[in-house]
Amino acid sequence: MAEASPEPVLELSGIVKTFPGTRALDGVRLELYPGEVTALIGENGAGKSTIVKCLTGIYQPDEGEIRLDGTALRFPTPQAAAAAGVTAIHQETVLFDDLTVAENIFLGHAPRTRFGLIDKGEMRRKAAAILKGIGAEIDPDVLLKDLGIASKHLVAISRALSIDARVVIMDEPTAALSHKEIEELYELVDELKRQGKAILFISHKFDEIFRISDRYTVFRDGQFVGAGRMAETTEADLVRMMVGRSVEQIYPKRAPRIGGEVLRVAGYSHPTEFEDIGFSLRQGEILGFYGLVGAGRSEFMQALIGLTKPSKGVVKMGDKVLAIRSPAEAIEAGIVYVPEDRGKQGAITQLPIFQNVTLPSLAQTSRNGFLRMAEEFKLARDYTQRLDLRAASLDTPVGALSGGNQQKVVIAKWLATKPKVIILDEPTKGIDIGSKAAVHDFMSELAGEGLSVIMVSSEIPEILGMSDRVIVMREGRIAAELEGDALTPETLVRHAAGISAAEAA
Amino acid sequence: MSLADPDMVPAPRQIPDRLASPAAKLLKSWESLLLLVAVAVFILNSFASPYFLDAWSLSDATFNFTEKAMIAFAMALLIIAGEIDLSVASIIALCSTAMGVVMQMGGGTGALVFTGLAVGLSCGAFNGLLVTRLGLPSIVVTIGTMSLFRGISYIVLGDGAFRGYPEGFAWFGQGYVFWVITVEMVIFTLLAIVFGVVLHKTNFGRQVYAIGNNSTAALFSGIRVQRVKMILFLLTGLMSGLAAVCLTSRLGSTRPSIASGMELEVVTMVVLGGVSILGGSGSIPGVVIAAILMGLVTFGLGLLNVPGIVMSIFIGLMLIGVIAVPRLFKMARGK
Amino acid sequence: MSILKHRETLLVAVIAAMLALIASRFPGFVTPGNLAAVFTDTAPLMILALGQMAVILTRCIDLSVAANLALTGMAVALLNTVAPGLPVVLTIALAIGMGALMGAINGLLVWKLDIPSIVVTLGTMTIFRGIIFLISDGQWVNAHEMSANFTGFPRIEILGLPVLAWIAIIAIAAMGLVMSRTVLGRSIFAAGSNPHAAAYTGIDVGRTQFAAFVISGALAGLTGYLWIARYAVAYVDIAGGFELDVVAACVIGGISIAGGVGTVAGAVLGALFLGVIKNALPVVDISPFWQLAISGAAILIAVAFNARAGRSKGRVILKSAEHAA
Repeated sequence: MAEASPEPVLELSGIVKTFPGTRALDGVRLELYPGEVTALIGENGAGKSTIVKCLTGIYQPDEGEIRLDGTALRFPTPQAAAAAGVTAIHQETVLFDDLTVAENIFLGHAPRTRFGLIDKGEMRRKAAAILKGIGAEIDPDVLLKDLGIASKHLVAISRALSIDARVVIMDEPTAALSHKEIEELYELVDELKRQGKAILFISHKFDEIFRISDRYTVFRDGQFVGAGRMAETTEADLVRMMVGRSVEQIYPKRAPRIGGEVLRVAGYSHPTEFEDIGFSLRQGEILGFYGLVGAGRSEFMQALIGLTKPSKGVVKMGDKVLAIRSPAEAIEAGIVYVPEDRGKQGAITQLPIFQNVTLPSLAQTSRNGFLRMAEEFKLARDYTQRLDLRAASLDTPVGALSGGNQQKVVIAKWLATKPKVIILDEPTKGIDIGSKAAVHDFMSELAGEGLSVIMVSSEIPEILGMSDRVIVMREGRIAAELEGDALTPETLVRHAAGISAAEAA
Repeated sequence: MSLADPDMVPAPRQIPDRLASPAAKLLKSWESLLLLVAVAVFILNSFASPYFLDAWSLSDATFNFTEKAMIAFAMALLIIAGEIDLSVASIIALCSTAMGVVMQMGGGTGALVFTGLAVGLSCGAFNGLLVTRLGLPSIVVTIGTMSLFRGISYIVLGDGAFRGYPEGFAWFGQGYVFWVITVEMVIFTLLAIVFGVVLHKTNFGRQVYAIGNNSTAALFSGIRVQRVKMILFLLTGLMSGLAAVCLTSRLGSTRPSIASGMELEVVTMVVLGGVSILGGSGSIPGVVIAAILMGLVTFGLGLLNVPGIVMSIFIGLMLIGVIAVPRLFKMARGK
Repeated sequence: MSILKHRETLLVAVIAAMLALIASRFPGFVTPGNLAAVFTDTAPLMILALGQMAVILTRCIDLSVAANLALTGMAVALLNTVAPGLPVVLTIALAIGMGALMGAINGLLVWKLDIPSIVVTLGTMTIFRGIIFLISDGQWVNAHEMSANFTGFPRIEILGLPVLAWIAIIAIAAMGLVMSRTVLGRSIFAAGSNPHAAAYTGIDVGRTQFAAFVISGALAGLTGYLWIARYAVAYVDIAGGFELDVVAACVIGGISIAGGVGTVAGAVLGALFLGVIKNALPVVDISPFWQLAISGAAILIAVAFNARAGRSKGRVILKSAEHAA
């Protein structure tokens, strides 16, 4: 904890980047120091991705200065950024499934022979050396697609090391990793620090940020809010800087009125994805499904609505046994699933708002198979108003809306089918705090009106703040069902990670 | 359930249904531009040749597009849904060959028409099953069936031909309903209306757009994506069968090379009509105007004694030009 | 890795089985001399398939190769009638350059205007054919109008193989080197495998597609000269529909139309598969009219097989299933 602050390796000041309609970055600054991890904190839309893209030569800032070791320079192309020693490990693994590990590591800067050809032997040797250096047991000759997500991350990190990076940007590197893999990543970050690399770490998880960062920088709405040493701040301070208000008010207070059983699932199994899932859902209840990413929650929900075929199991709604073979049948039965991936599975971004809302309800708005526009607009208006949608008009394409408003359209779309059970998969992932609160308020309002809600979420505060009861899944099975006093962050994490109480204590 | 009753909740604010009126949108649309070009070509043609503005020659001119347009309507739906069928011309060859076989077995007009339509439908079913059941990319499947279907015609006919179709059969491709109005023209008009209504005014049409823009989201929204695609392949096959009936009737003979290269003209017609080759957008009025425009250009060049192969240069230029020119303008303005 | 290797081995096995079957009744077909003739006959298809492979790997398709071939062929044939003394090397260089230029036109439209390649090449295919008519006035250029060295060059035998076959071998070797050992080759794979990621890596996807089209065009131009010289005739419709055979060779060779997956060996084997069938049909006394249907069926079987091999198996979450699977 020596206070001898070295000179920053990389220094950004007054960076401005505008896009049609928005000012993504409005004069922000950022400093990265050798051998230190700087956490970049901010809500989605605060400008984190934009600054990463400016740093890696994907975007050109409109104004401002980038200084490396005190010299001002520009990154007109990704290669220029790489040549200057700045590299990024991205949110989505930006690697190539059909190339080998060694080729992935050296794409764009492969060792050459005297004739200018790629020197495969040398490339393989170097790749093996780098992989060994970070303790990864990966064969440089295998195709990337044959690796798991964690191994792909290691390849991405090896790539960063291969260009002899001085600045490593890690954009949500733990998003898809298991606990064990995350621990291994932390060790790797420590190793990078020892080598004197400056690391920019972007994450939404505060435990992670406090675990490995030395400094922080906070952005809000494209502006610089503050920076400092982690040792001199608290989680509450950071959240306040990030959202500009306190955290307490985010979750609505509610007094649930829970009725009789609406849905019962028993012995639901799939050959490879989940096994023996059983639970009961009552009217007006919000049932949380917690687990680590990849625990099989989404897979189970998607099987429940008929997207994948389960091998066995019973679904009963009231006294009726359901055999759902497609989402269309699920909607008819009154069970709807609001998927996690808005852009790919939820909304049809090119189509106007009203057409998105009415898509699953066309039977309702049409007559004899013929469209009735007036009915469509009415339905769309009714449901989008309830969610306080902000849009110029109902025939605006959904793609033109912000993430939060897109999510409102998506929820409106499935609500318009008048379901009895609504399954929300990560309903607030990647949307701004304001929309998040609107979605949470609306969820409790819906439950208050007697709708049964299943909420899949990986965010502990959301699970704790919203659910009446929580089912924890681990490796495709139900690990625990928690309620009342048993529902604490510790019990959730313990069951999700498979740590016994004794071990945890 | 009270949930179903949103009127109970006070409206926070009103979002307008539309900003621009539909009429204003129409003026700026691709279809309007296309119509303008068609009118211009029409006027040019009438200057170019004194024979052009004659009811009978105009009636003849419609044969340049009616058969292709029948397929183009179904193809438009298929392309909007994000698939393509390159085998349509080969389906015509197979249908025509099958009709020839039935004719030689002594089949009458009714049997011939039934054969043509049934074989067309079967070919569509074959393509559709390969795409929807096995999940194969339609472009490869239909490049394969393009060879397969026409290949079967070659196996049957070799370098021979079927001739001598019954007299009644000639009605489809050579008959007139009233004065200069051909049977094919009437079929074209009816199909234009039916396909226009199906695409723009029904749930089915809406689902076609949804699938073409994002088939995953469409599936999650309860649309039976594979079923819709299957129907579209069947329709395309059926329309190819109908075109085969008309074309065979008009030519009065079947060779295995019949309608060769027609798939390109059909796709050109669809793309010229403003349908995005990537799926998700386009309209039937656009395809109708494009069909007429292509007919006018072909006919006009014919009046000027420009050989057919040179006309294809114009078709090719149009296909690329209609997409390239607006993009060039946008790039120029972007600077 | 194993699947890819497996696919090519399988194709070799299929071709070998086919040859064995034919040999059981017509041993003359598998004599070295005849096999060399089959290889030579398939040379144009192999050369074109190499170019098409590069284009398909970048998620595009080039339907204009046959028209490009025909136009280049007609141009050099006409040039030969005017200047019969022109050295063949110069003619070949001209053909390659002309083909590359046409490929560049396709590539520019795809790269700069972002027009889907299927639309671009459908268009240029008809335009190129039309231009042949314009420059030839619809006339044929026949053998007696061409000079002896012009038509003779592809037939010159070196070490028992005609120059045509050697050129194919050189093209295969060169493409093999380009695809596996050059930055361009890796970029072609990367751009098709994951265009988004390629951009992050600093690969200009559009430019890579442009380069693939230029390669395809250059090879089509080269084939244009070889084709015209070999058959000693040039006319508007020459090699009509041959683009489908080329795409078929690629599909049969396991090159994925979705981009990013495929090998030089696959393209060559796919072409050889079609070449063996074409040459075997008259030998086993099946009408050549069967050829089209057979190649169509082969495409369908190949694409169905490739899809099966490449199908993702879904997630394995359950511990118990992990060992079972």
